[in-house]
Amino acid sequence: MEKVKIGVVVFPGSNCDHDAQYVAETIMGQDVRLIWHKEGSLGDVEVVILPGGFSYGDYLRCGAIARFSPVMKDVVRFANSGGLVIGICNGFQVLTEAGLLPGVLLRNKSLLFICKYLHLRVENANTKFTNTCTQGEVLEIPIAHGEGNYFTDPETLVRLEENRQIVFRYCDPTGQLTDEANPNGSINSIAGIINETGNVLGMMPHPERVSDPVLGHTDGRKIFDSIIKSFVLQQV
Amino acid sequence: MFHSKVFVTLKKSILDPQGKAVEQGIHSLGFESVGNVRIGKYIEMDIDTDLQEDAERMTKQISEKLLANLVMESFSFTTELVQE
Repeated sequence: MEKVKIGVVVFPGSNCDHDAQYVAETIMGQDVRLIWHKEGSLGDVEVVILPGGFSYGDYLRCGAIARFSPVMKDVVRFANSGGLVIGICNGFQVLTEAGLLPGVLLRNKSLLFICKYLHLRVENANTKFTNTCTQGEVLEIPIAHGEGNYFTDPETLVRLEENRQIVFRYCDPTGQLTDEANPNGSINSIAGIINETGNVLGMMPHPERVSDPVLGHTDGRKIFDSIIKSFVLQQV
Repeated sequence: MFHSKVFVTLKKSILDPQGKAVEQGIHSLGFESVGNVRIGKYIEMDIDTDLQEDAERMTKQISEKLLANLVMESFSFTTELVQE
């Protein structure tokens, strides 16, 4: 199989861009390119990663200014034409600001920046980003954010639930949804959502931080495995 | 030239933990009759145009598209003529 061409967008202030590149290139063995935010075109990439970090210093609101970066026009075009886009942490915030995903990420309920391992339940294993997981599987993936408190209006929330667009929820190690297991106050314990057409995923946890076996955990790799598997399936 | 002042605040329906924390501080300071403390943002800018109408339209567009995220925030503004 040919390598999947993956582009990692680099905003000023991105700081998980090289981690994402390392995992996609070295661990997954794919063809990866960093794309500076001033580039007007994504080129011929097949997957776009919007990485974690603090684009534009989180000025005004997280992701608010990054969405006006020149490259974002092409990211929106790419997403609207069905291209796979995954936004991790700050990338998720950028996707909501750009209108590619509904809702918004508010300050954590505790007002604290939280950096720790926690558990996620896979709510929909039938997506291009989770097809190597099983339904209800519990993954251990860390978060590192101050603004991850997902919020949306009640109508949108009903739609997200009905369309099974909620892909990950925070849970305890046994997969139970509890208030204690919800680190930031996210509505319905939401940790990650997908758009209606299933090609744009945003998640606050960092799969790229748990993909190299050297680091002790490899649950994050399933997300990257799934993306690549979706291309294999396409070719069959 | 016009000068706009934009106030961005969290919608009433959105919990404002930062406001709550500040409210506790105000109470600790001894002002126990104070409530409903909400934190917002204040942005000011000059707009180079001769028409009040244009300045207001631009301020509104900028606020809707960039300064406020209408999912969670609302905004208000004033636009005044400044002598150059």
